[in-house]
Amino acid sequence: MRHLLDIADLDRADLEGLLDDADGFVEVLARPIPKVPALRGKTVTTAFFEASTRTRLSFERAAKVLSADTMTFAPGTSSLSKGESLKDTVLTLQAMGSDLLVMRHQAVGAARRAAEWLSIPVVNGGDGAHQHPTQALLDALTVRRRFGSLEGLEMAIVGDIRHSRVARSDLLAFSTLGAHVTLVAPRTLLPVTTEGWPVTVSPSLDEVLPAVDVVYLLRVQTERGGASVFPSLAEYTSRFGMTRERRRRLKPGAVVMHPGPMNRGVEIADEVADDPDALVLEQVSLGVAVRMAVLFRLLGGETDV
Amino acid sequence: MKALLDAADLARAVRRIAHEILERNRGADDLVLVGIHTRGIPLARRLAAALAEAEAPVPVGELDIALYRDDLDRRPVTRVGATRVPVPIDDRVVVLVDDVLYTGRSVRAALDCLADLGRPRRVELAVLVDRGHRELPIRADYVGKNLPTSTLERVSVRLAEVDGEDGVWVGAEQ
Repeated sequence: MRHLLDIADLDRADLEGLLDDADGFVEVLARPIPKVPALRGKTVTTAFFEASTRTRLSFERAAKVLSADTMTFAPGTSSLSKGESLKDTVLTLQAMGSDLLVMRHQAVGAARRAAEWLSIPVVNGGDGAHQHPTQALLDALTVRRRFGSLEGLEMAIVGDIRHSRVARSDLLAFSTLGAHVTLVAPRTLLPVTTEGWPVTVSPSLDEVLPAVDVVYLLRVQTERGGASVFPSLAEYTSRFGMTRERRRRLKPGAVVMHPGPMNRGVEIADEVADDPDALVLEQVSLGVAVRMAVLFRLLGGETDV
Repeated sequence: MKALLDAADLARAVRRIAHEILERNRGADDLVLVGIHTRGIPLARRLAAALAEAEAPVPVGELDIALYRDDLDRRPVTRVGATRVPVPIDDRVVVLVDDVLYTGRSVRAALDCLADLGRPRRVELAVLVDRGHRELPIRADYVGKNLPTSTLERVSVRLAEVDGEDGVWVGAEQ
């Protein structure tokens, strides 16, 4: 593994291997001194051309627990505003001494382009509505730690599939790991085609509710036009929101997940979000372990196979 | 490969080390055995069994030192294993257990890892085979078999839990 750009580049053994490593890092994070010297002397740079709270912080935390140094590139205050190109920007970050670049960009394929320009490993922290591979890994880890394995699980991904890189990444990771995925969304929030995707599609959350082990709620993405294709947020909630009443109709042991940030009262009710069985905050903590596994694999582990 | 220790020799060496540990520490109070991944772990469990038989049960932990190695660039790690120590090691006597003592670099990494887990009163080292060629100022407190080797030779410790059989062999590299 040289870069992490797209879940589609990984087979089941790659995914399981990264999750196994992440399990080891969960233990490191629970230690009295959560710090190991594995990546001492390496520098991890984050360049997020699009807003982010958890992903960037999570990568920085992961790098620091592994004793790597971190540099943060902030586009708002940089020479980008003077018209510097993306290529010149990332080449500059590499020349500055970065050993690995984590990049988020609104353009699909931006991280892959950067990987072609650079000689250091690149991790895709999200490219447009295309991919967000570490989110898929942390979601898969969260489910695996709860259920032991994803094999045979029924999983529903609910909401704005069309604009969601999380949905595109997660459905690939979940199905590669043996789960069956149902996408639940109104026609207007589905991509033009889902042909070739290893999924079933359903327009009704109420129909799939009793059968699923995991309900994965997506955020209604107002910034990508996710709200405009729907008459009103109230109508969205009435058909696709995880209300308290719907929560009760899930089978025993079933869990609710959300990548954050949550629109409380829209796709998820307060009571569901704060329920001890919701995994939202566990997803966040496991995100650090998964990103440690990715950084360690790219910088300290297996160099090439 | 030439056989150096057979299964019975190996069992005797483990029993003897167990007795030396008890003698030096005047009993099994405050002891923790910590095996170094991979074969140090089953060895630590066998030592614990021998200690339980002779005196009292002793907790066993395991260390994966991959994250503490100084040669990651040269020898990439394939998997990160588990580090589990069932009791706080503060103020206890930790006996590190490994199969072969060679350059001393694994033990150095294990000591760093232990320091992140707590502050033991004392750390001792038990190895099944000491083959010499140290690159760091490290020595073992308990040795199953001292074995002068050439750096070109390969020492292979096999344990039933990992390899399906017990014994130690020496052979030429490749």
